[in-house]
Amino acid sequence: MSLFDHTIKEIEAKLHNKEITVQDLVDESYRRIKEVDGQVHAFLTLDEENARAKAKELDQAADTTASLFGIPGGIKDNIVTKGVRTTCASQFLDNFNDPLYDATAVQKLKNEQAISVGKLNMDEFAMGSTNENSSYTPTRNPWNTDYVPGGSSGGSAAAVAAGEVLFSLGSDTGGSIRQPASFCGVVGMKPTYGRVSRFGLVAFASSLDQIGPITRTVEDNARVLEVIAGHDEMDTTSANIDVPKYTEALTEDISGLKIAVPKEYLAEGVAPEVRESILEALKVYESLGATWEEVSLPHSKYAVSAYYLLSSSEASANLARFDGVRYGVRSENADNMIDVFKKSRSEGFGPEVKKRIMLGTFALSSGYYDAYYKKAQKVRTLIKQDFDKIFEDFDVIVGPTSPTTAYKVGELIDDPLTMYANDILTIPVNLAGVPGISLPCGFSENGLPIGLQIIGKYFDESTVYRAAHAFEQATEHHKKRPQLGGAN
Amino acid sequence: MADISKEQVKHVAHLARLAVTDEEVEQLVDELSAIIDYAEQLNELDTDGIEPTTHVLDLKNIMRKDEPKEWITQEEAFKNAPDQQDGHFRVPSILGDS
Repeated sequence: MSLFDHTIKEIEAKLHNKEITVQDLVDESYRRIKEVDGQVHAFLTLDEENARAKAKELDQAADTTASLFGIPGGIKDNIVTKGVRTTCASQFLDNFNDPLYDATAVQKLKNEQAISVGKLNMDEFAMGSTNENSSYTPTRNPWNTDYVPGGSSGGSAAAVAAGEVLFSLGSDTGGSIRQPASFCGVVGMKPTYGRVSRFGLVAFASSLDQIGPITRTVEDNARVLEVIAGHDEMDTTSANIDVPKYTEALTEDISGLKIAVPKEYLAEGVAPEVRESILEALKVYESLGATWEEVSLPHSKYAVSAYYLLSSSEASANLARFDGVRYGVRSENADNMIDVFKKSRSEGFGPEVKKRIMLGTFALSSGYYDAYYKKAQKVRTLIKQDFDKIFEDFDVIVGPTSPTTAYKVGELIDDPLTMYANDILTIPVNLAGVPGISLPCGFSENGLPIGLQIIGKYFDESTVYRAAHAFEQATEHHKKRPQLGGAN
Repeated sequence: MADISKEQVKHVAHLARLAVTDEEVEQLVDELSAIIDYAEQLNELDTDGIEPTTHVLDLKNIMRKDEPKEWITQEEAFKNAPDQQDGHFRVPSILGDS
């Protein structure tokens, strides 16, 4: 059994009892990365020297009470890390070796003495659902390397699933934490919009983006969110609302919890084995004293269209900053200034990123703004109202995270509309801005994980965690491990 | 099928400061048309009188005192620059044929 089969709380006890050292933890992380990352490709950059120096320093420290003391984690590569290469898995940022500051979420991890072992692979600029849009070697699913890990935080989910780190940070714009967590059989939380500062997160769609933790257990997840959440004066959209002790919400008592199950979330298009697995989960909830009722999110079928118009429009504006002047790779074939912009961007961005910039620029261009962008914003209002209405009567919404288990590598690469449509169960959550978690609730016949999604009210991550933890403790799914590279 | 022409694609590419080859233009005509076609489903919904949502939180302007703060030095600002000279980012000529 790996050291990383323990929860952060158990590891903390081992550190306090001096059964292990922080250097043991960091050794184990790099040992495992060297053992399996040649198959998984979760990491883009390792920060081994700094991590080992930090471990040594912590082993000498008198005060060991920080809440992530010595815990090795990984950071998605669209979250900037001072002095550590940050590429967003894009050739445009291939030489961005020396970022000037840490993202607030990273700074907060450091304040609690967590150790970052490296930067994690992703779809370029977080655009994609399979990791196949990484401009480096795409990440593979640790449960079966013929399959994708999901995306865009595929590296973040795969690194935790493969036992390379105890936690990771991802970002979620339309499902990019929850869907890879589902595909890789781990726990991924997209907090309420504004719960975690986005300062230092390379912006994709600013009204939707949110940083969140990926871990093996719900308890670990609550612990990491507790650290990274909170108001930040560097992000004016971060919410000035107190952060509760999420770990204290994990009471295992959910009697009387009122669960809404949208009929759209178990409709045609959801794979039969996924549907069965969710119905089994609802039985577990019944046995724990919760009740559930079928409801409707009538506008959810419009969410994918609205999302691609809105997120691409915001992306086209956000990615305008990549001009080849102040940082990034500048084209060597440019003769004048306009050429620097056009050639640097065309050579630096991959096809999916260019396509979305084009879509967004089109939707915002003169004559089309009202028909596409504004229309999508109005539909967003209707989708948000669907959620508001359900949360008048229910505590949480439960359904699958994804209609299917992981795709085979290459399976959907030529069918982008199907791939987009498969994000239908995660996208509405971002459009509404509410929190959502994915946790393992079963396995398909071919051995791939199935994810249960629990969606909560604004800033009520506590109830989401309590519901997730009660289910996890009542089941065994989270104890299964992928058989990679001679594990066990 | 949504009608996006090659000329439109070239125009939008210029607005987005992307250089596109003829082959890419052909491909983008198809891809963008397919997405826009799909997005036409939004027109099934009557949204008259519905307020657009730009942001889910109740955001207000946040004011702060206009005071200088330590942030990064000039030297640091150039650390990742492709080209620089005498405290400026250096670029090719701006005036000229484009």
